Amino acid sequence: MTAPLLELADVRKSYGDKVVLADIDLTVDRHDVVCLIGSSGSGKSTLLRCLNLLEQIDDGVIRFDGEEISDPRVDPRGVRRRVGMVFQAYNLFPHLTVLDNCILAPMRVHGVTRSEAVQRARELLAQFGLSDQVDKHPDRLSGGQQQRAALVRALCTGPELLLLDEITAALDPELVGEVLTIVRDLAAAGTTMVLATHEMSFARDVATQVCFLDNGRILEQGPPSQLLVAPEQERTRQFLRRVLPPAG
Amino acid sequence: MSEWIPSAHELERRELRRQQRLRRTLLATVVTVLVFGGLLAGVLASPGWPSVHALFFNGHHAHDSFHEVLKGFWINVKLFMLCEPCILASALGLALARTTRSPWLTPLRLVAVVYTDVVRGVPTILLVFLFAFGFPALRLQGIPNSALFWAGAALIVSYSAYVAEVFRAGIDSIHPSQVNSASALGLSRAQTMRFVVVPQAARRVVPPLLNDFVSLQKDTALVASVGVFDAVFSARDYGNYNFNYTPLVVVAGFFVVCTVPLARFCDWLQRRWLERERAGAL
Repeated sequence: MTAPLLELADVRKSYGDKVVLADIDLTVDRHDVVCLIGSSGSGKSTLLRCLNLLEQIDDGVIRFDGEEISDPRVDPRGVRRRVGMVFQAYNLFPHLTVLDNCILAPMRVHGVTRSEAVQRARELLAQFGLSDQVDKHPDRLSGGQQQRAALVRALCTGPELLLLDEITAALDPELVGEVLTIVRDLAAAGTTMVLATHEMSFARDVATQVCFLDNGRILEQGPPSQLLVAPEQERTRQFLRRVLPPAG
Repeated sequence: MSEWIPSAHELERRELRRQQRLRRTLLATVVTVLVFGGLLAGVLASPGWPSVHALFFNGHHAHDSFHEVLKGFWINVKLFMLCEPCILASALGLALARTTRSPWLTPLRLVAVVYTDVVRGVPTILLVFLFAFGFPALRLQGIPNSALFWAGAALIVSYSAYVAEVFRAGIDSIHPSQVNSASALGLSRAQTMRFVVVPQAARRVVPPLLNDFVSLQKDTALVASVGVFDAVFSARDYGNYNFNYTPLVVVAGFFVVCTVPLARFCDWLQRRWLERERAGAL
C-alpha cells in the first residue's frame, strides 16, 4: 500500500479578501488523469499553480508522494524537479531554439550531460512530429507546434506528475486535435496528469476523474462517465449544458 | 466564507514562516555588521588615518565652507534640472528618428545615426571646452554668451546621444506583436509609437535613464573646468586658500544626498508599475 502520488486536504488560497480556493480535497494516484473543469475564474489555474508551489497556500495540506510539500521548510525546487508544467501561453523561451528550450532543465537542473539531453529531446521532438523544427526559435513555429514543443520541454525531465493548464485554450480547433492526441498518448502510456481543460469530449475519453470547480470549490468530482453524464448538482448540469454540444 | 478560521496546521506553518523570516533577517544583520564593521575598522586602524582625517574630514572646515559650497551647488542643481528635460526630449526624438521607416525621412535617420556615433565618441569634457570657449567667440546675437549656458548646451548634446541609445534599446525590446495589434486596430505608425510602444519602452528603461541622470548630475561638475563657480570650483577655491580638502568631501555629500532619494523614487515607481501590470501573470 503506497501513498497516493498527490493528496490535497482542505486547501485554501486567497488574494487579500478574495478567496480563490477553499476546502479543496483531492487525491491523485499514479497513472491517474484528473481533469479540472469549470468556468473561467473558478480557480483551476490557481489550483495547478499551488500544486508545484508557484503559489503559497493559505491553509490545508498538499502531500506529494507522501511528503507534505506545503511545509515552508520544503525546498520548492525539489518538488518542481519532479513535476512538469505546461502553460496556456506556451511560455517557451524566445531567445533559445526549440532544442535549447528542451535541454535547459535536464542539463542545468538534473545534471544530465549535453549529449544525453540532446538525444532524449530529439527523440521526444521526433515522436511529437517536431523533427523539422528542432533548430528554429519558438516564434517561428505555429501555435500548435509551440504548444507541442512546450509539452516536450516539460517531458524532457521525466516528470512524475504533469500539470497542464488549459494548454489548448489558445489554439484553433484544428491545432487542438494535434496537441490533444499527444496528451491522449501520454495518458495511455500511464503518465500521471492533472489538467485544466475546456475540452469536454477529451475529458470524457481520457480522464479517470473529473472535478467540477465553481467559485474556488470542488463542487463535484467523480469518474467522467458519472460526472459528465449524470451530475448530481444543478450548477454542474447548468455548466455542462452550456459547454456540451446538444445531444443527438 | 467569513467564518473561516485558520487551522492549527496553518497557524503552525505561519509560525514556521515567521521563524524563517526572522532567521534570514538576523543573518542579514550579522553579515552586514561584520562586513562593514570590518571595513571601517580597517580604515580607522591604517597608519595614515589621522592625517587623512585632518585633511579630508575636518569638522571646522566643513562648517566654514558649507555656505560657499551650497551656493555653488545650487548652480549644479539648476543646470541638471534644466538639462535633463531637454536631454530626454531630444534623445527620444533621436531614437524615434532611427526607427522611422518612411523613405522621406532617410536623411533624418542618417543624421540620427551619425550624431550618435560622433557625439558619443568625443569625451564630454572636450565638448564642454569646445562649446564654452568656441560658441561665445562667435558672438552670436540674441542668445546668451556665458560659459555656463554653453557648458549646459554641451552636456545636453553629449547626453542626448547616450540616452537616445537607451530609448532605442527600450523600443527594440517591445515585442513585434504589440505593433501588430496596434496596426490591426488601425493606428498609424506614429500613433503606434506614441500610444503603445514608447509608453512600454519608457517604463522598461527607467533604471538606465536614472543611471544617466545621476551621471549627468555629477558631470555638471565639468563646468568648473571652464571657470563657472559651481560646487566643485568653490570647494577647490576654498581648499587652495586653506590647505584643506574637506570641502570636496562636502560636495560629494551634496551629490549623494541628491541622488539617493531619486533612486528610491524610481524603485517605488517601478514596483508600482509591476504590481499593476503583472498581477497574477503567468
